[in-house]
Amino acid sequence: MQQTNPASTSKDFLLSVEGLTVSFDGFKAVNDLSFYVDENEIRVIIGPNGAGKTTVLDLICGRTKATAGSIRFRDKELTRMREHEIVHAGVGRKFQNPSIYEDLTVFENLELSFPRGRGVFGALAFKRDAEVVSRVEEIAEMIFLKNQLKTEAAILSHGQKQWLEIGMLLIQSPELLMLDEPVAGMSVSERVKTAELLHRIIQDHSVIVIEHDMKFVQDIAHRVTVMHQGKVLSEGSMDHVQHDPKVIEVYLGH
Amino acid sequence: MNTTLYTRREWIALAIVAALILIVFPVTMDVFRLNLVGKYLTYAFVAVGLVLCWGHGGILSLGQGIFFGLGGYCMAMFLKLEASSPENTAIQSTPGIPDFMDWNQVTELPFWWVPFKSFPFAAAAVILVPVVFAYVIGAAMFKRRVGGVYFAIITQAIAAILTILIIGQQGYTGGVNGITDLRTLLGWDIRTDSAKFILYFVNAVLLIAVLVLGQMVRMSKFGRLLIAMRDKEDRVRFSGYSVADFKIFIFCLAAAFSAIGGAMFTLQVGFMSPSFVGIVPSIEMVIFAAVGGRLSLFGAVYGALIVNWAKTSFSETFPELWLFAMGGLFIAVVMAFPNGLAGLYRSHVEPFLAKLTRKSPPSPAPDTAPVEAVKLAAE
Repeated sequence: MQQTNPASTSKDFLLSVEGLTVSFDGFKAVNDLSFYVDENEIRVIIGPNGAGKTTVLDLICGRTKATAGSIRFRDKELTRMREHEIVHAGVGRKFQNPSIYEDLTVFENLELSFPRGRGVFGALAFKRDAEVVSRVEEIAEMIFLKNQLKTEAAILSHGQKQWLEIGMLLIQSPELLMLDEPVAGMSVSERVKTAELLHRIIQDHSVIVIEHDMKFVQDIAHRVTVMHQGKVLSEGSMDHVQHDPKVIEVYLGH
Repeated sequence: MNTTLYTRREWIALAIVAALILIVFPVTMDVFRLNLVGKYLTYAFVAVGLVLCWGHGGILSLGQGIFFGLGGYCMAMFLKLEASSPENTAIQSTPGIPDFMDWNQVTELPFWWVPFKSFPFAAAAVILVPVVFAYVIGAAMFKRRVGGVYFAIITQAIAAILTILIIGQQGYTGGVNGITDLRTLLGWDIRTDSAKFILYFVNAVLLIAVLVLGQMVRMSKFGRLLIAMRDKEDRVRFSGYSVADFKIFIFCLAAAFSAIGGAMFTLQVGFMSPSFVGIVPSIEMVIFAAVGGRLSLFGAVYGALIVNWAKTSFSETFPELWLFAMGGLFIAVVMAFPNGLAGLYRSHVEPFLAKLTRKSPPSPAPDTAPVEAVKLAAE
């Protein structure tokens, strides 16, 4: 194992992933993986296709159940919790393809993600009060959709859909956001705005990002974790991993 | 968000439905026809439940007859016990039990029939038995994430099983004939014209209450969550909602609506039989909702009325062709106008009406368009 933080298990990390393994019919998509995320950190996970990046996010948010290992968030063990409980604990997840409610307006999309009235009867009794409206407007401004609140989400551009989904996470006020390829399919100017948005987000959130766009990674990452065949290949600053011979081997060697 | 316009339009639609079933029908029809319409309207309860559960929530149940039947049977059991007083059944070998039990050599009232001697118990059971049953089905299916076509097939299988069970246990359920010869409700003869007239109004008022309740659910955040679940179930789950709980709730609510319809059917028609429980009636109920428009609560009422009216008139002339006509109708609706009558109304009649009523240049404010129109556009 190539760990850069071997002896720091007891330190107060926001997220500690240790010995995480998931096996699909014998194939270990993630194999004895460990890494740690600090508060207010932007961690980027990179790696070739099939390295297990998305599976790691699936494991953290409860979509996939781990075969072995532990995921500790604050003092909660996420591997034993159900998806919505993990959300309540403060973990938000954005999917690779924009996953929004196309038949509803931008306002309604954000409103449904507002963390109140999450039970059956809470949802029936939910009132759209001033607090909800002001919070939705605040988030909409952050994600550059202030003027589209009444727009049906289906007709937004691809980039705007990505932002809307990020906004739907932000309104939940999670401590940890996980974004799967947030700039995929975006124009250059949209990428710049997204980087700007992420810089604003980390002022009070930690973020894990999966991304292929190296220029974007360089722009935002505090630390980079390189995955290969379900394991951590290298970890450190962008500069460090870029010059790591093992990384160069994996990316260029074949 | 401008929801006032949306609300106002919906209330006008409700007022029209109310005027139709509370005033127009009673004024223009004789008691026989009115009773027939009352019977059709009991199916509207099921269709309204399906609009919420299927149209909005995306949960297609092909077994709503289960709940219609259970509600109907709970009511029929009470009425049958009242009709089977020892004096009325003196000629039986065991007086005081329902006639079909006597014919099947049952000599004692089964223990689970006994509580149905009490009207409050029976009235509560009309709702609770189907809801508990729906909860069990829903919890078993939705917690395991069974959905879509698998769920539809399972509900259909349960409807078939329940029918077989009712027919097979003739001595306890009345078998294929069902529970017949119902006479009085707490001493009030339900077979008279005046009783039929009153029951029609009870039924109509209950239906309006169910429509209002359904509308309130639809307008709440719960209603928007249903649509969200239908389109992006995972996103709802990862926004912190327990999707299974929401599905179970709406399925139970649809079951409760169906059960009220079933109980009112028994009261108005005077019997309940397995032919209202099984696969064919359950699919017919889905067709009522589809024809009316699966996203429109009020459309469900019109759908139930029109399809049943067509069924009655058509099957009088060509009895053997009706099932084919029904199948054809369903295919036509799904292929040609998937949003049913309500969809046709919105896309054709409404713009025409708007043109008539609006003298000033029309100001098409798309941002105030109801969610419904938005959905239509998206499909």
